[in-house]
Amino acid sequence: MTTHPDPVRETPEAYPATPGPAAVVPPAAPAQPVAPATDEWAHGVDTVPRAAGTPGELQPYAELGLRDDEYDRIRQILGRRPTQAELAMYSIMWSEHCSYKSSKVHLRQFGEKAPPSDRLLAGIGENAGVVRVSDRLAVTFKVESHNHPSFVEPYQGAATGVGGIVRDILAMGARPVAVMDPLRFGAADHPDTARVLPGVVAGIGGYGNCLGLPNIGGEVVFDPCYQGNPLVNALCLGVLPVDRLQKKEAAGPGNVVVLMGAKTGRDGIGGVSVLASATFDEGSEQRRPSVQVGDPFTEKLLIEACLELYDAELVVGIQDLGGAGLTCALTETAAAAGTGMRVWLERVPLREPSMEPHEILASESQERMLLVVAPDKLDAVLKTAEKWGVLATAIGEVTAPSPDGQPGRLVVTWRDHLVVDVPPGSLVDDGPVYARPMREPADLILLQADRAETLPRPADPEALRETVLRMIASPNLADKTWVTEQYDRYVLGNTVLAQPEDSGVIRIDERTGLGVALSVDGNGRYARLDPYHGTKLALAEAYRNVAVTGATPIAVTNCLNFGSPEDPAVMWQFAEAVRGLADGCAELGIPVTGGNVSFYNQTGAAAIHPTPVVGVLGVLENVADRVPMGFVPRANGDHDQIYLLGETHVELSGSEWAWVTHEHLGGIPPQVDLAREKALADLLAAAARVGHLSSAHDLSDGGLAQSLVESCLRRGVGARIAVPERFAGGSMPFVYLFSESAGRVLVSVPRGHEKAFAALCAEHGVPHELIGVTDTAGGALEVHGQFRIGLDELRAAHTATLPRLFGGAELVEVPAPASGVAGAVEAVPLPTDGDPRPVDPAEVVSEPIASSGPTPVTGAAEPVDTPAEQPTDVPAESGEAASPGGVIATPPVETAEEQASGPDTAPDGTTGSGDSGQPSAPDER
Amino acid sequence: MTARVGVVTFPGSLDDGDAARAVRIAGAEPVRLWHADPALHGVDAVVLPGGFSYGDYLRCGAIARFAPVMETIVDAARGGLPVLGICNGFQILCEAHLLPGALTRNQHLHFRNRDQFLRIETAATAWTNGFQPGQEVLIPVKNGEGCYVADTATLDRLEAEGRVVARYIGGNPNGSQRDIAAVTNEAGNVVGIMPHPEHAVEELTGPSLDGLGFFTSVLKHLVGAPA
Repeated sequence: MTTHPDPVRETPEAYPATPGPAAVVPPAAPAQPVAPATDEWAHGVDTVPRAAGTPGELQPYAELGLRDDEYDRIRQILGRRPTQAELAMYSIMWSEHCSYKSSKVHLRQFGEKAPPSDRLLAGIGENAGVVRVSDRLAVTFKVESHNHPSFVEPYQGAATGVGGIVRDILAMGARPVAVMDPLRFGAADHPDTARVLPGVVAGIGGYGNCLGLPNIGGEVVFDPCYQGNPLVNALCLGVLPVDRLQKKEAAGPGNVVVLMGAKTGRDGIGGVSVLASATFDEGSEQRRPSVQVGDPFTEKLLIEACLELYDAELVVGIQDLGGAGLTCALTETAAAAGTGMRVWLERVPLREPSMEPHEILASESQERMLLVVAPDKLDAVLKTAEKWGVLATAIGEVTAPSPDGQPGRLVVTWRDHLVVDVPPGSLVDDGPVYARPMREPADLILLQADRAETLPRPADPEALRETVLRMIASPNLADKTWVTEQYDRYVLGNTVLAQPEDSGVIRIDERTGLGVALSVDGNGRYARLDPYHGTKLALAEAYRNVAVTGATPIAVTNCLNFGSPEDPAVMWQFAEAVRGLADGCAELGIPVTGGNVSFYNQTGAAAIHPTPVVGVLGVLENVADRVPMGFVPRANGDHDQIYLLGETHVELSGSEWAWVTHEHLGGIPPQVDLAREKALADLLAAAARVGHLSSAHDLSDGGLAQSLVESCLRRGVGARIAVPERFAGGSMPFVYLFSESAGRVLVSVPRGHEKAFAALCAEHGVPHELIGVTDTAGGALEVHGQFRIGLDELRAAHTATLPRLFGGAELVEVPAPASGVAGAVEAVPLPTDGDPRPVDPAEVVSEPIASSGPTPVTGAAEPVDTPAEQPTDVPAESGEAASPGGVIATPPVETAEEQASGPDTAPDGTTGSGDSGQPSAPDER
Repeated sequence: MTARVGVVTFPGSLDDGDAARAVRIAGAEPVRLWHADPALHGVDAVVLPGGFSYGDYLRCGAIARFAPVMETIVDAARGGLPVLGICNGFQILCEAHLLPGALTRNQHLHFRNRDQFLRIETAATAWTNGFQPGQEVLIPVKNGEGCYVADTATLDRLEAEGRVVARYIGGNPNGSQRDIAAVTNEAGNVVGIMPHPEHAVEELTGPSLDGLGFFTSVLKHLVGAPA
């Protein structure tokens, strides 16, 4: 063993940084193992010299999640056994979570099949994809999972999920401007859901609200398959000037490596390996220490400090610390640049002074960033950090690659003991890659043969009415306000649309009105029935949700939630899903810019439904053109015309109805036709620009009935609908209302625009059919010849479910009862035109009718029904009584978040019928 | 001459940019003030914005109240400087004893964000003179600790002196006593309000334009009462 060539002995400076120490650091000897001459056994630290001298010592690699051959490989790379610290580093970097070792061979398709795009400034492999949206501005967005921690410790698990994705976005040079959360829980009425959901929601709110990021959408889905493995995914959107894009490369030997942010503690050790890369079994509660603990205040300061550093051009490279902590940040930044790094570990500020080197390297303490800074900028960096009250400490320096062109080495000492000496690339790029065995699940054929189209359906008006009320109250379709009002959707003042709208819309340039729309969707049931098409359906739905706002979709992110990759059936599902998403993106002409894989969402042998969650981002040249989902109140008896775009087939397999009514899952999911989705999106963008649309709302889970109810309740405007002739008779009206055929959108068109709108539909080849009119004064949803349900009754059914399940019949609630609905009506002049005439089915021809006029719509959160004023304040409690049906007050404006689960798409596999775009109705099964 | 309205940024302030935007839309010049700088830079009025100053890990506003800028603001407020505290700003004003009472955890224990109707109870303050007493407005509320409490004598005095500035109507979102959403000091120059008027100043992003009235009111006040 060699001796450290230089006599430097830094004091364990674990405090903010005086520039001094780092600046003085002499150039490290790159490829030379460095070690103190003496006492390498001192304090029980496992040093490099000691490792070389004790090759036979047993190491707990299996407990850390490494396989025999992986361990052998490490020994081969190092030419000796790893030290305790090195072993910890390899085990986390080669974990499934960090190395993507099972998914890599499949994920390549995203790059290979990607359509060419000149918008993409950074793509897969970066912390997050960056997409140019104007000459000056770019946006970055990504969705990640924090599933395992959120089950073990719901509040902190979910909170740090938000924190982690926000730092990814920050590391790209962007200011984070919004978050969204797709959530999936077990059965709504299961006792453990009552533990997990409130904790997760409070955690997301607690972190995101305190960070000052509006939460603009997401999903809340219940299904027993998620009982032991809830899915907590988090998306963040950021905005940056094109020229502020940051790199992660630790370039420039001699540059200083600075750790900024929170102190390092013992939390989250083993988060990626022990927690996220293994299935749950008995005793998972023991893993609570593997969950990180969040401090949003520090993260807020970190954001402001980083942005100030970027603007002053003070950093060469930057990387966030998330999963795998310091290990990941050090090795990735060095490997990316091909440089080496010399790190004095005792300089890392610690919460707990007794932490050992391997713990410091593996800790996943939150709110930390690693910066690479030129020595002459170090002072300025430390000053900025001080201004914002965050710690910044020089912990090392970048070293040169070796003269023979080989990349540099990562050399880490701890109190003069050499504890790590590795090639950084070996941890980052040379991890194992597996082509795991795949096999179609044995039960899939039988499952697909068991179609929901054969189930008994409601066939008379009374049964249909009852079905509507029951469906809109079912947990997945019910109003999600209980969840979403725990999130701040206003902060930053640029939220143009937020949940329950189809997409969140954020203004990113106040001067020009430029904005982006974002939606995340997934449907585990569809993916279970057919992972390839189920994933395309998720993509189609997110794409459509963006399109209905009038935005043009341009990029895709994803979070792929699956069971254990060691199960060939799961691996097959995964491969099919990736293939579906890659093919779908190619068909739509928009690239996947990044994403995340979460395996091992499995308890014992029971895996979750394969659940690919897809996020689509679109651009709105002017957010003033955005189209909201709710029908618009009209004065003086005026009304808008309601059209259904797309085709309705008899597609009930995998539907919400089959699940809610029959607890049935079987058959093949609805057919998906992405060319039609594209035509539909083009139409919607064109129609929005010229003001043909008062509202637009996509159809997904729960079908037309759900969309109608949501569009009515959003602003308290009724509607009169006629079921087309070919859906008359027997259970066909039911099919019309509850089929989940994909590629459909419900729009309302202001008077005077009908003709132009119909012409535009024809031009884009989009089937369109006039199905009714809005009815501001009527206060009801009426389906001619079937039923009429008052908006108050709909609202009561729709909004009561979550408060009933999760509490919240709070004392202070004063429902907007008497007033709620009435208020709304009052707010809008009552039309008088008698208008009692039901929509004339005759004029509702089977094919689209057309015509139409423009109408811009209004704002994000327009007051919907005005709760009537109560003259004096109503004492808290009395409120409840007032509410009809004991319903919880509905907030005036917002409603819930994205409708239940969100996905609406559905296609593929259908039956079908008609050729002209209209199904002929017969039900074929 | 354009009025200059200061907006303070504490570590953890979140709605400071929004408050500055509202000031601008109202026609005044926003001036950003920094918590550590005691100077007020000649502003004619001050807004303490919403957020989680210092993380609000202690009592909300309890630390911010000791910021250097607050010492200056407290003095100036006693001298008549118009000060509006929104949400966290309201909490800070209570901690600084410029306003009576305190804001505690919402009765239902959840953070709550909704569009809320308020009734303006008095137009006799620097920040509400543009409203009619009894006028109903729609303003977003979003807080976890917005439950206004005070002892009965204080509440009675506030009522008697016309210092309840706004009340929640159509539902009390946090359990505040007597549905109080905003109060003022004896002179009427300092107002604390839990809901967020700065989020109701643009049609595109707010539920109404009702929030603008608070910011235009202070401009009217400044014209009428030259320093």
